Amino acid sequence: MLLMSCIALASFAQNYPSGKSILDKVDNNMSAKSRVLTARMEINSARGTRTMESKSWGMGTEKSFTEYLAPAREKGTKMLKLDNQLWIYSPTTDRVIQISGHMLRQSVMGSDMSYEDMMTDRPLLEQYKAEVTGEETVDGRKCWVVNLTAIIADVNYASQKMWVDEERYVPLKVELFAKGGKLLKRITFSDVQRIQNRWYPKSFVYKDMLKDGKGTKMIIEEIQMDVAIPASVFNKGNLK
Amino acid sequence: MPIIVVSLGVMITVFLQAYMNGIFNDSIETTAKFSSGHVKVMTEAYKENQSQMPNDYAVMNIKSVINKLNKTYPDMTWTDRIQFGGLLDAPDSMGVTRSQGNVLGMGIHLLGNNDEINRMDLKSKLFAGRFPQKPGEIMVTNELFKKMNLKLGDRVTLISNTMYGDMAMYNFVVCGTIHFGTQVLDKGMVVADIEDIRVALNMEDAAGEVLGFFTGETYDNSRAKELAAGFNQENTNKSDQFSLAMLPMSGISGMDFMIAYSENAQYIIIFIFVFAMSIVLWNAGLVGGLRRYGEFGLRLAIGENKHEIYRSLVGEALLVGLIGSFIGIALGLVFSWLMQHYGIDARSMMKNSNMMLPSVFRSQINTTTYFIGFIPGVLSTVIGASLAGIGVYKRQTANLFKELEG
Repeated sequence: MLLMSCIALASFAQNYPSGKSILDKVDNNMSAKSRVLTARMEINSARGTRTMESKSWGMGTEKSFTEYLAPAREKGTKMLKLDNQLWIYSPTTDRVIQISGHMLRQSVMGSDMSYEDMMTDRPLLEQYKAEVTGEETVDGRKCWVVNLTAIIADVNYASQKMWVDEERYVPLKVELFAKGGKLLKRITFSDVQRIQNRWYPKSFVYKDMLKDGKGTKMIIEEIQMDVAIPASVFNKGNLK
Repeated sequence: MPIIVVSLGVMITVFLQAYMNGIFNDSIETTAKFSSGHVKVMTEAYKENQSQMPNDYAVMNIKSVINKLNKTYPDMTWTDRIQFGGLLDAPDSMGVTRSQGNVLGMGIHLLGNNDEINRMDLKSKLFAGRFPQKPGEIMVTNELFKKMNLKLGDRVTLISNTMYGDMAMYNFVVCGTIHFGTQVLDKGMVVADIEDIRVALNMEDAAGEVLGFFTGETYDNSRAKELAAGFNQENTNKSDQFSLAMLPMSGISGMDFMIAYSENAQYIIIFIFVFAMSIVLWNAGLVGGLRRYGEFGLRLAIGENKHEIYRSLVGEALLVGLIGSFIGIALGLVFSWLMQHYGIDARSMMKNSNMMLPSVFRSQINTTTYFIGFIPGVLSTVIGASLAGIGVYKRQTANLFKELEG
């Protein structure tokens, strides 16, 4: 009886796809050689909600350039990421400052995202071992539950748990954990739409689980993928 | 001679008590003026995390809050301040960072009035340059100034957090340097006008804390506690993190011990000194009694009663003690008053000191000063004579004439 149960369990487990294959399909949807997007960021804090508008250009995960368009105080603030370096230009001071060290742990525009969260520049499979551990339903969609465990020391989060839509291969929820297993951040994705032959979530909520509050909501208003972007965009001279 | 000895001892005791009182109260006042106020008003959430200076829980509508405090407590002076942490970044001619330093900062009222400058005695702490005279100017501690290789007139950028948690960057021009005399502050502190800090940290009509001072008076712990209790009853709501809360200075972390210590330590120190002085005067009484050993023998021999001799000895000691005490107290009060009024200016000695002390040392006369001298002056002298006088009872009449012959 025990032997038959084990055999049944083993067959059931084998029906799960590999973590690698799921993440590859997620990458096909979420990653692009290049992208240009305009977004609105709703930052919820104890003081109320503030809304930022921005436009971003990105090449893979190595290069990105963001300019804030509104509100007036933030307008003209620019950020440039090149590999693992990040610079910020502030129009009020007319200074370009490199963000490094402990400053990377600071919040981006007061949101629940840190500059460190923006610095992830390597594919997940280079940093984590992925394993499908089950199935759950999120927002009415059946999802693979994928556990990611760090395989290198230099990672922002020691482990992650990802709920991936079984049909569309888009993450609907991601939880990020510290070494001791403490939940640090939760990202929930929604408004998944078909864009240029891929599924893409046009909205996500980023929540710092160590803080009270409703988190930060990012709404992508417009996105174009695999478009030509002049190299000059990713130049430090473009910051001023 | 005995009166002179008693007077000197009492004078020293009185002066020491006034001096200790002055030093301890001055230290408390310096702390109050610099950081805690006699009372402090902030939001409930700010109060819970004071050491982190959480400006995201700053007091809003600060002008209206201060107006209300002025109306409700007209016998107090109120001032708002903003404390913050961050980085000070100095660029080269191309605008690239050439040096950076971690800083603690304070936004206080500097432009338009000198109240805060006088309250915090900043003039004595000014090392080079001048105070800000227009917006966009900042003072840094001398140690940080040297560490970052700055010059007066250099442009620096403050990098900190706004009240909303995002990154703040704001340019200043270094106009002066200060030396506080405390390592933790001198390592990296900046001071700028509060309106500049409000703009820099996006804190319009807000401040981290409001400090209250008893106008023209020193800290009174019981009065401050009563004031805070009354305020909190009307204003504080534990479930509302932005409701206002008031703390007396003794309620601020670390200050409770210091105030209790200063309230009691000066008495402990004075007690020790008074005890030592008492032993000296006691000894003087003893010596006096012993010196008159022969006199007592003669008086016994001619028929005077032992009790009468003892009483006269104690009575004389009481008289000497009283006269000596009055003279000693008078002299002690004169010196104490001079030191209270003029003080000892230690500015030149403290330029490079590593202690945050008042720049002028003053004593402080209080009710205790008028009476403390009687403890060594009267009590010790009388006890000394009383003990010496016991010898009178041990004298044997049969031996008296032998002593006389001797």
